Amino acid sequence: MSNPTVSPVNSVSPFTSYTRAFGGLLLRDLYVLRREIGPFLIRVCMNPLLFLFVFTYIMPHMEGAALNPTARMAAGAGANFSTVLLPGLIAVAIMFSGIAAVALPLAQEFGITREIDDRVMCPLPVTAVALEKVIFSAVQSIFAACVVFPMAYYVPSTKVEAHVTSWPFLIAVVVLASLLSGALGLTIGTLVPPKQIGLIFGVVVMPITFLGCVYYPWIALRFNPVLQYGVLINPIVYISEGLRAALTPALGHMNQGLILLMLCIFLALLLKIGCDGFRRRVIS
Amino acid sequence: MAETIVDITGLRKVYPGKTPVIAIDDIDLHVEDREIYGLLGPNGAGKTTTISIATTRAIPTAGTVHIAGTDVGAHPAIARRVIGVVPQYNTLDRSCTIAENISFHCRYFGFSSADAKARTAELLDQFRLTDRATAYPQQLSGGLAQRVQIARAIAHRPRVLFLDEPSAGLDPQSRIAMWEAVKGLREHGITVVLTTHYMEEADALCDRLAIIDHGRILVEDTPAALKGSLGGEKIYELKLDHPQRSEALAALLRSLDGVTTVEPTDEGLRVVAHARDGLLAHIVGMASEYGLRDVATSEASLEAVFIKLTGRDLRE
Repeated sequence: MSNPTVSPVNSVSPFTSYTRAFGGLLLRDLYVLRREIGPFLIRVCMNPLLFLFVFTYIMPHMEGAALNPTARMAAGAGANFSTVLLPGLIAVAIMFSGIAAVALPLAQEFGITREIDDRVMCPLPVTAVALEKVIFSAVQSIFAACVVFPMAYYVPSTKVEAHVTSWPFLIAVVVLASLLSGALGLTIGTLVPPKQIGLIFGVVVMPITFLGCVYYPWIALRFNPVLQYGVLINPIVYISEGLRAALTPALGHMNQGLILLMLCIFLALLLKIGCDGFRRRVIS
Repeated sequence: MAETIVDITGLRKVYPGKTPVIAIDDIDLHVEDREIYGLLGPNGAGKTTTISIATTRAIPTAGTVHIAGTDVGAHPAIARRVIGVVPQYNTLDRSCTIAENISFHCRYFGFSSADAKARTAELLDQFRLTDRATAYPQQLSGGLAQRVQIARAIAHRPRVLFLDEPSAGLDPQSRIAMWEAVKGLREHGITVVLTTHYMEEADALCDRLAIIDHGRILVEDTPAALKGSLGGEKIYELKLDHPQRSEALAALLRSLDGVTTVEPTDEGLRVVAHARDGLLAHIVGMASEYGLRDVATSEASLEAVFIKLTGRDLRE
């Protein structure tokens, strides 16, 4: 039996104990992810794999223009559709990870299991518990983004024409986009009542994906200025355009500096809304 | 005098809204080191809100809580180092086994991998959970899950453990096992603050308790002193055929020697009286003319104290 000794945390500075608690939370999440690696891989692979398979393998093999719409779409953009699709699929992979890693688990933890209560009792500020979720989600998003590359290399029947002009820009976009998607997941998970979390796919995820310049470059919307400028309130646009600028610059894209600026603005905004929502949910 | 470890002063909590709800109305409370302290009261009395504020999960409208000298409202993250909490519901991490639940909790509180492992083994042994170490929370009965929650809550060696309705939903056997586990915490230097609406639990477990209703502390003392305050009074519950026509009987009963209070209940009348020979026969004799169906008497109990203070049953 133990003596009534103090725990190690009582003798250290607040900062050290915060860091250790934060590390402990990350460690736990990594440990659980490692154990559930199978479902995780299915989650990150299935969407890009099916998209590439149908749009860049099955369709190009179909006979006749009516049966092969992607060829015309791609021709309009001045490249093959595999190339148009690559940045978009990475953007979707990054965003879906944020929803799956933060929003859905949070809905369950707030609504059914209340597991979140034990995390909130950790010796670190409540906001840090929310930030840990965002950072862990970003790690998964980066992994999901990387998974798309080998698939885009092997699956399409026409080769993807991608080349990285600036590695620092690509890394900055992927990291910012991954954090942004985690913050989006946090915002959705804390603002949407747990019972209605099933609705977010129809109400949030589908609109921001399809109107997020994922399957077409932003410049292609110029035929309708209302639409072209309207979609700018959608943070996914900057993720897609950022990846387009970094990977397939030949397609035409927004200004790089503007993309980074908007990613930062949306990241800050969603972090603020998400963290405030999280605090409201756990502290009454 | 022992050190005051939980110090609650002038605590008030109002939930704003169209009709603001006053959950806590000026509570002062002082718990000494290694005490087992109970908050006894009906549902909605303000017990859980008090514990939520003391454990940093709610912000008070007014007043302060100090735990082991740390102001909980001003430094919540630091205060959590000395607090352990077992909430009303099961918050175990469903993705981790019992042993992992405890060892990750240790890691959150800065234990090294080896220390966390050793502490987990120690707690599994102390709470007789070793053979369930690799089970998942979903596979446990309510009683076992509760024991795991207590083990996890004290894993980082807090000074105070807060238990919110610890025996809610437990069968009698698990409840007694849980009581034993809680009593055993004292020798590990842990102060316990618990809420309950079970008289027996408060009586069996607590060194001192506060009876709380409508957000206020009505009385605070040891269970023995509280029961003693009744001065040998007994409670007679009369069930009548026509409870709505009991005023005449009530007036008659009040005239009896030894009767202190008579008040109407849903089913008849509640008579509080100093026990003396022949009183029961008198009461029954009078009441039978008014359609007496049944009579129940109870000795000095915490329930009787509560009824005397509030005029209500705890379960009403």
